[in-house]
Amino acid sequence: MTLLTAPRPDTLRTEELLVNMGPQHPSTHGVLRLVVRTDGEIVREAWPQIGFLHRCFEKVAESVTYAQVTPYCDRMDYLASMNNGLAWCLAVERLGGIEVPERAAYLRVMMAELNRIASHLLAFGTYALDLGAFTPFLYGFRERELILSIFEKISGGRLLYHYPRLGGVARDLTPELAGEIRAFIAQMRRAWPEYNELLSENQIFIKRTANVGVIPAAMAVAYGLTGPCLRGSGVKFDLRRAKPYSLYERFDFDIPVGEGIKGEVGDCWDRYWVRMREIIESLRIIEQALDGLPEGEIQTKVSRTLKLPAGEVYVPCENPRGESGYYLISDGKTSPLRVKARGPSFNNLSITHALVRDVLIADVVAIVGSIDIVLGEVDR
Amino acid sequence: MSANPPASPPRTAEQMLREAITDPRELTRYLSYLDRIKSEGMGTSVMVAPLEAAINWARANSLWPLTFGLACCAIEMMAVGASRFDLDRFGAGAFRPTPRQADLMIVAGTVTHKMAPRVMRLYEQIPEPKFVMAMGACTIGGGPYVKHGYHVVKGIDRIVPVDIYVPGCPPRPEALLDALFKLQARIGSDRPLAARWSKRAENELTGSARP
Amino acid sequence: MTPQEIHARLTERFGDAIGPWTEPERGDPHIAVAPGSLHAVCAFLRDDPELKFDYLQLISGVDWTDRLSSVYHLMSLSHGHGVVLRVDLERGNPRVASVADLWPTADWHEREAWDLLGIVYEGHPGLRRILLPEDWEGHPLRKDYAAPAAYHGVTNA
Repeated sequence: MTLLTAPRPDTLRTEELLVNMGPQHPSTHGVLRLVVRTDGEIVREAWPQIGFLHRCFEKVAESVTYAQVTPYCDRMDYLASMNNGLAWCLAVERLGGIEVPERAAYLRVMMAELNRIASHLLAFGTYALDLGAFTPFLYGFRERELILSIFEKISGGRLLYHYPRLGGVARDLTPELAGEIRAFIAQMRRAWPEYNELLSENQIFIKRTANVGVIPAAMAVAYGLTGPCLRGSGVKFDLRRAKPYSLYERFDFDIPVGEGIKGEVGDCWDRYWVRMREIIESLRIIEQALDGLPEGEIQTKVSRTLKLPAGEVYVPCENPRGESGYYLISDGKTSPLRVKARGPSFNNLSITHALVRDVLIADVVAIVGSIDIVLGEVDR
Repeated sequence: MSANPPASPPRTAEQMLREAITDPRELTRYLSYLDRIKSEGMGTSVMVAPLEAAINWARANSLWPLTFGLACCAIEMMAVGASRFDLDRFGAGAFRPTPRQADLMIVAGTVTHKMAPRVMRLYEQIPEPKFVMAMGACTIGGGPYVKHGYHVVKGIDRIVPVDIYVPGCPPRPEALLDALFKLQARIGSDRPLAARWSKRAENELTGSARP
Repeated sequence: MTPQEIHARLTERFGDAIGPWTEPERGDPHIAVAPGSLHAVCAFLRDDPELKFDYLQLISGVDWTDRLSSVYHLMSLSHGHGVVLRVDLERGNPRVASVADLWPTADWHEREAWDLLGIVYEGHPGLRRILLPEDWEGHPLRKDYAAPAAYHGVTNA
């Protein structure tokens, strides 16, 4: 690596090339296009180009009723539908003064945390895939399918759930399903060390990720990074703790931050490791939610053609990728005047240009993969 | 394979060749092969149809999809390739990162106006024979974005020819597998050696290739 | 600090450039800022040690049909408080200073507001479309926007 990036003698004739990575590229996680200026094997600069999946969410949201927006939110960050639907419902409920039954809030937390694990498992699998290891992908999907089967039983969908509804949730938890969730927790705890043996402690993986793509804490904050990207840089900021929503203040969990175990604080490995440790913390939260699940209703009555009072609200939520929220402005009609969606991936991706400077092409893949973007919420 | 159209009445190999091959020079060449086979006493009724069946069998069971995920549906496409559903069992698990090695394009997710030219180019880069699967509501007709989605292409059959549609938002992995089986059955009834049945000729006849 | 205290601090410093305080019945309060003072207000909010708004959550453009707005959600990671700033702009000529030099994350948010609502951020390092193609016509989130019948030969109906 040092040999390749070291300055070369002036006699060597070199030429810079502008190359396109994507929008169809196996390592860009969807339709991201990176224009890279390369000098041989070294990328001097990279400009992310987005918008290939711009599905006009904000225009759609202005044209339909409040309840009808929820399924569109599911399609924003499609790896964390539960969390997105929750963020939307919280915004509408706060502006409308709608009370949510405690049981529903607990169920929302439980499902949001399960979805966080599912999302991190997919991130684990695809990150390994980006770096050339196929087996972790199959392991990650093995446990992920268990979560999906739980989701399917409670919501009917495997990927997009429409489970959190305005004023509650769609279906109640049955005792059988509670048993299944407990079985999953046990299975995930068994599988976790396996994952680490397979990838976290893998020397090749460490060589590819440690000391690569280091984001200093100040830079992470300036670029509006949130979620594991921010915490990987050592900033202990988690909206579940900083601005608790949906009764998160009742749950006990740690906030893992990057510690620079394998390299510098804020490198790709740290971001990866934060995600892995969050899986364990999420398991703790789910367990507490199962133990403390109160009895009662799961849905308050909300009119189908809900009219919100004029006003504006923004409720940020901690998604698997960071701060996600909907800035909602109502003018008293049945559909919103304006909805602006803040997707964490959008901000997290915007650091790419500053971060990818004079690195190897292979490192570009490692860096972009470690940011773990979902283009659905980048382009919206 | 079993879905071959029944040939009635039985035709001779020579008739089949004359039907299938339009170029006179090619036809002369193939007829000379047939003469040689006849003169060497290898029978008269084997050649064209069984060869087509063999080709179809090979094509149908080694469909290599293009690694091409667009949106939500791509996650279910990955799930089909992963542990539980294991697309490899049906010979279609070798996802190729480059269109030049692929023969099946699973368009999984919303195609936007910005993406449309890229989808067209990818389609054109895939060598014949190629098949296109429209996975999910968005690719079939714009899906949930059909009414207000100013930037969404309302169905990818407006930009590339589609062989099979898979409904759902997103379709279940089983639905994708079912679509694969249907496509395999359709390939089984193809006549790859008959030029007039080739995909390109069909497109020329119906003019359905591209607007 | 509560938003009202922050409002008091800002009024003390910038006077008339800051709108009067109104407590909304429901939802979040916001502070109206005159377009000309936005950059100075933002720089003050970021650098004052007691305020220290180091984190820009999002910038959103809004079309109220009679005017446009650019809305800034700010948060301080060290103090844990937040504030919402709103700048009202003329619909015919929406211009406001860019804050991309204060928070690099504003770069993409401002490009998006330009792309979808046509708000011009003066002093932005490269204000061009971000989500839509370069040759797209119009700004879709304006209330009077009509989707094109076709784009490059692909019909939209």
